[in-house]
Amino acid sequence: MKDINNLDEIRKIIGRHKRWDLMFMIAGIIALMIAVLTFIALFAQMVIDGMPRLTWSFFTSFPSRHPEMAGILSAWVGTTLVMLVTAASAVPLGIASGVYLEEYAPKNWFTEIIEINVTNLAGVPSIIYGLLALGLFVYQLSLGQSILAAGLALALLILPVVIVATREAIRSIPVTIREGAYALGATKWQTVSDHLLPYSAAGILTGVIIGLARAIGETAPIITIGALTFIAFLPPSPVAEEFPYVSFEWLSAPFTVMPIQMFNWVSRPEEAFQLNAAAAGLVLVVMTLAMNGLAIYLRYRMRKNIKW
Amino acid sequence: MLTNAEQSAEPIKYKSEVKGLSFYYDAFNALKNINMVLHDKKITALIGPSGCGKSTFLRCFNRMHDLYPGNRYEGQIMLYPDDVNILSPDVDPIEVRMRISMVFQKPNPFPKSIYENVAYGLRVRGVKQRAILDERVETALRNAALWDEVKDRLHELAFNLSGGQQQRLCIARALATDPEILLFDEPTSALDPIATASIEELIADLKSKVTILIVTHNMQQAARVSDYTAYMYLGELIEFDVTDTIFIKPKNKQTEDYITGRFG
Repeated sequence: MKDINNLDEIRKIIGRHKRWDLMFMIAGIIALMIAVLTFIALFAQMVIDGMPRLTWSFFTSFPSRHPEMAGILSAWVGTTLVMLVTAASAVPLGIASGVYLEEYAPKNWFTEIIEINVTNLAGVPSIIYGLLALGLFVYQLSLGQSILAAGLALALLILPVVIVATREAIRSIPVTIREGAYALGATKWQTVSDHLLPYSAAGILTGVIIGLARAIGETAPIITIGALTFIAFLPPSPVAEEFPYVSFEWLSAPFTVMPIQMFNWVSRPEEAFQLNAAAAGLVLVVMTLAMNGLAIYLRYRMRKNIKW
Repeated sequence: MLTNAEQSAEPIKYKSEVKGLSFYYDAFNALKNINMVLHDKKITALIGPSGCGKSTFLRCFNRMHDLYPGNRYEGQIMLYPDDVNILSPDVDPIEVRMRISMVFQKPNPFPKSIYENVAYGLRVRGVKQRAILDERVETALRNAALWDEVKDRLHELAFNLSGGQQQRLCIARALATDPEILLFDEPTSALDPIATASIEELIADLKSKVTILIVTHNMQQAARVSDYTAYMYLGELIEFDVTDTIFIKPKNKQTEDYITGRFG
């Protein structure tokens, strides 16, 4: 039996326990380093390979059989337009669904099943969304292998992310604020539009941007729909010369996107195309990081005035 | 109960009368057959130990319980002079909340400007004219004894105010729409003693304008500000009378034990 009130004994015990602290800290740092160093190594390799190819003409040229003349013009324009369609459809659908589930839906077994399903949808492999979009959008609704079909497919993919982000952002608003609005005689819609949506905008926006950052790198569903791997023309301009000065023809145009362009280059035997792929990959990573950075910045800006 | 002599001396005006009110959270019976009155332009305090149902009772007056599923009222709360039962399913809870305002336990200003906080109740009612909004906001802030402190920074965020100022802002917000009854749910429990004193003073001043029902866990507060006091225990109304009577010679033994601190 040790004397647990003996000071020397106590110090020994503390010393032994502290060794475990140290050991766990070292294990944690090693685990973290494995992840971080791997990413840094990959990124550095990509920068070294791709950087020399990142010239102005790389962004303004169509793909080509000659690697040094090839560029990503059709790819980044395609990615931008597809993302526009994705955002324009996923944001209103996702926010409306989130608000409905959180504020309006009665709490019963039916809405509970819907809620569980929405959360699970986020885990469905993206190729499944691609197959769904191929059957539904491309053939059933005859949208063709178009920007619209691709944008809608990716919208389905990120819809659960937007819904969950909306719900969580709304749920983080204190109940006293909500009751404060109702107590003044506000209807549900007044409470939602005057209070809940504005106060949760930062959280919703973060969810939307994180969803888009995921969608921008998605390849499988886009390939399933049938994006072209080689395309040497741009979709029709959204700005028209005659009234009403906007055109939606681009929605039904064939397209390619950044990850598909990369995939195409990587699968070529010539070494020079690998460098193009690295350069395109660098652009894609920077686009994704920029979107995440924007999300963090907006979150910080919009939450500055809200304290709870 | 009031005697005939009192009634003839001055006509007793009731603002509201609670008749056989029971309330259920699902199967739990939180309020049991409550009968009492709110005197017009007087302050009525609800006291009792935690969990006795006083906040639940208060929140029946603006149908707050309608926001959550599984809640059920029985009995009536009559509102005078128009003789309407505000618990009736035919009465829209939003209409009730437009007539009966509430101030919460913790100051809950919206993350908007001071001005917009006070104006919100008016905006909900569709008031858009700047002149009317300006005037009502100023009046409400004056009545809440906050105007002098905030008149130069009406468009600053309400969160920048101190806790006591925030609570007075919430009172101004509740007053802006000229409610018939003002409900206070332990309005000073999150405040320091100085802010508490200023809120109590304000509540006493408001009596001339509006009927007040206040929940408090602080017996001295009830004694200081109220004209009538109701003592509740385990969902039942044990005793209701003029405040002085409750505190000096309560009729009920339980009330006396609580008042004198032997219990609760």
